[in-house]
Amino acid sequence: MPLDTITSKPKLKLAIYWGAACGGCCVSVLDTHEKLLDIVAAADPVFWPIAMDIKYKDVEDMPDQSIDLTLFNGAVRNSENKRMAQVLRKKSKILVAYGACAYMGGIPGLANFFTKEEIFRRAYEESESTLNPEKIRPVPEYEVPEGKLEIPVFFNDVLPLNKVVDVDYYIPGCPPQSERLIEVFTAIVTGAALPPKGSVVGALEKTNCDECKRKKTDNKKVKKFYRLWEIQDDKETCFLEQGVICMGPATRGGCGVRCVEGNSPCRGCYGPPAACSDPGAKMMSAIGTMIDADKPEEIDEIIESIVDPAGLFYRFSLPGSILGRKLS
Amino acid sequence: MNFRPTIVAFLCNWCAYTGADLAGTSRLKYAPNIRIIRIMCSGRIDPTFVLKAFQQGADGVLICGCHPGDCHYQEGNYKCLRRFKLLQKYIAQMGIEKERLQLEWISASEGKQFSELVNNMTKTMLTLGPSKIKSSLEVEYIK
Ligand code: SF4
Ligand code: SF4
Ligand code: FES
Repeated sequence: MPLDTITSKPKLKLAIYWGAACGGCCVSVLDTHEKLLDIVAAADPVFWPIAMDIKYKDVEDMPDQSIDLTLFNGAVRNSENKRMAQVLRKKSKILVAYGACAYMGGIPGLANFFTKEEIFRRAYEESESTLNPEKIRPVPEYEVPEGKLEIPVFFNDVLPLNKVVDVDYYIPGCPPQSERLIEVFTAIVTGAALPPKGSVVGALEKTNCDECKRKKTDNKKVKKFYRLWEIQDDKETCFLEQGVICMGPATRGGCGVRCVEGNSPCRGCYGPPAACSDPGAKMMSAIGTMIDADKPEEIDEIIESIVDPAGLFYRFSLPGSILGRKLS
Repeated sequence: MNFRPTIVAFLCNWCAYTGADLAGTSRLKYAPNIRIIRIMCSGRIDPTFVLKAFQQGADGVLICGCHPGDCHYQEGNYKCLRRFKLLQKYIAQMGIEKERLQLEWISASEGKQFSELVNNMTKTMLTLGPSKIKSSLEVEYIK
């Protein structure tokens, strides 16, 4: 059923919130272009900080379960993100982790390669543009003559949404393709049978490689890995076969392989495919098969050419991966 | 100190497991810290297995397969070697000591080598101390 034929139904209450996010996910909702009019025809946004002025207190005052659908984007990095995740969980019938950060930690999750102390030292003492001879650090509570000032507590870890509250569905992507959002939204509005709780929706079960139009052979052999700028991409052969790391084999399809279509290797923003919990493990498995050497020294040399495997394989998923963070 | 390390070991059916079996039937004594998981071939070891073992509290992970050229499925141990080397580079980036993940080739007749390997690895784990991976995942503000 197209969205515009269902506007006679009682309107859904919709909330869109951002945790530790860049704002891109909220923009991806606006990127539905004229379809946005259909969305607001079928649903009343009751809370959406990027677009409307409603205070947290107003949300806390809403009756429990009174929001039909909440799209939570962004990771959980501080006590404010966590508190709002808990409030929205209580107020919402369906809570969706929307986008790579809420799903697996996303780009902000790369901060899990560092500790809070390392991040604060860099940001408040060492960065080239910082002038802070007294080494003042932000504190969560501060007494001033007028009273007590409070800011959120910065956690040591970035967490995906499901580490702090129950999540009903996940929509992957950095940001999710707007078309996928429309599909999921339409299913919810029309009351179509929803998939089991915990499902990844708005994406495929298969990998990006299954969808990719580049020429590929089953038996890939690679003698050296290159960064994209080191080779002349022929624009038709699989990136991996040209020796450029492409996250296609470890990434869920659904975006239309849009980066490869634009002649850039996939970076893995849709997260791991079905039945795989860790994109890096999947990637190491795939690359282990392709490395064209049997002697330990030769293998070492080829692996040497993969700069920063941890950052490359877990660019969007470090907090949601098996190891979750770098040990301190 | 009463730290008793746990080492999860993945042993291929055809050489390494038979070698470990020989250690047993020869009544060789070795450290009891090892938990053996038999798999058909070292090439079957998905990096996920290794990472999950660490996640669930293993202090060390040991992988054993047939010597190069002897794999029952021709190529499995070479794949395993490449994945192992990738894993080593990855875990080093994650702040995990490389010694916590070891790979050795053990033939069906190398019961003695196997028992020595387990003893040595156990000693190394005792020197390194308990792995912090599991506790790092138990952050206090979860749920
Ligand atoms: S690795 Fe990348 S370029 Fe190659 S088939 Fe997969 S998605 Fe396409
Ligand atoms: S090709 Fe990869 S990185 Fe690009 S949008 Fe698709 S999943 Fe994301
Ligand atoms: S069968 Fe032993 S390594 Fe393949």
